[in-house]
Amino acid sequence: MKKTITLTLNGETRAVDVEPNDILLDVVRDRLGVKSPKYGCGRGDCGSCTMIMDGKTVRSCLILAIEADGSEIVTVEGLCRDGLTPLQEAFLKHNAFQCGYCAPGMTLAATELLERKAKPSREEIQEAIAGNLCRCTGYTAIIDAILEVAK
Amino acid sequence: MAIALEYDYFKPAELAEAVALKARFGAEGRFLSGGTDLVNDLNDESVRPEAIIDLKGIGALKKLEMTSTGLFLGPLVTFSELIDSRTVKSRYPLLWESAREVASNGIRNRATVAGNICSCVPCMDSAPPLIAYRALVLIRGPEGEREIAAAEFFLGPRKTVLKDDEVLAGLILPRPPKQGAAFLKQKRYRGEDLAQSNVAVLALEGKEYRVVFGSVGPTPIEAEKIEKLLRGKAMTAKLAAEAKKLVRKEIAPIDDLRSSREYRFLMAEVMLERGLKAAADRLKGKGPAYGTHLV
Repeated sequence: MKKTITLTLNGETRAVDVEPNDILLDVVRDRLGVKSPKYGCGRGDCGSCTMIMDGKTVRSCLILAIEADGSEIVTVEGLCRDGLTPLQEAFLKHNAFQCGYCAPGMTLAATELLERKAKPSREEIQEAIAGNLCRCTGYTAIIDAILEVAK
Repeated sequence: MAIALEYDYFKPAELAEAVALKARFGAEGRFLSGGTDLVNDLNDESVRPEAIIDLKGIGALKKLEMTSTGLFLGPLVTFSELIDSRTVKSRYPLLWESAREVASNGIRNRATVAGNICSCVPCMDSAPPLIAYRALVLIRGPEGEREIAAAEFFLGPRKTVLKDDEVLAGLILPRPPKQGAAFLKQKRYRGEDLAQSNVAVLALEGKEYRVVFGSVGPTPIEAEKIEKLLRGKAMTAKLAAEAKKLVRKEIAPIDDLRSSREYRFLMAEVMLERGLKAAADRLKGKGPAYGTHLV
């Protein structure tokens, strides 16, 4: 039962045929060619598959592609079309990422937070990224970078 | 990782259509709201539906509003929407505190309260506050609508009173009492995690108390012996210590991968003591601000 879905991906309207059992993450990576969201745990725990969907961060490994019909999706590729954002610059400055696997998800989680609240506290930052796991354990630098943008 | 199962997908625009689809597929039809449980279940094939009925096309199910009878909480309301609601924070702080403890922000943006109680895993965080507020569950089936007290909704792990042809159509929380509330959740670390145990405490005017434990039995447990002990008494450290002694008579925790049974007993005792104090203080306009971690 293939269905054509249409979504806005990083500002561009894209149409793609999906089956009801296709996962959004797979469709975005393998069919639409946007590779920053990563497959990690596949259970919504690690946050590496994070996308911003209709303004909110979601776990794209737990969303059926067919559910995303009509939605607006932003990944890191869409954030920095006009150059790095101040948040990304701060991540670079603080050397916040080592292997980089969590970086797209962290970046989107922090972007959502900063859009909701320009000056979050350290505790609010910790809560916002609690579902984004960094196994290089670079949390201190990541939080410091977000705090710097929040000043 | 692709889902290996094949099924049909429906997205009805009306509740009646969703009910008709459910009646058609029965146990082989599964409702989809946030999907944070269902997609996991599809991945590991713990459910094998023939049809998925996505409720997100039904606008009426997204409502979160005060009515003359209380708060109507539609089945598509997410945890993030609850947390962002001033009405929920000011009038149903127990539910508000519990919503903040669910998983992570990225899950809360998608997961719904109704989905949480329909999944009915024993560690769900929404059930104890709903029971403490005496919430009603609205259920729609082919024959019409019925309502049931939240306390009666849960039959066992992953088992509710919902029949194969019924849908949860909403929750009603009666108009809020003047209250002090406290929701406490013990987890392995203070980020996203499922509960090892949790407890919802309400202190009401007239020295009435409500205490509902979660994740320490197959279904949520309202601690009636503890409520009886506390009834009519002002909260003191001595009274809380007496209540603590009854915890082992109320709850029935198990050993599992998240916690030993004994640790659940011990933490339920500690959380009850702290929750009673915080709720009683908050009733008097004192105590820690709502949202403060008490565990």
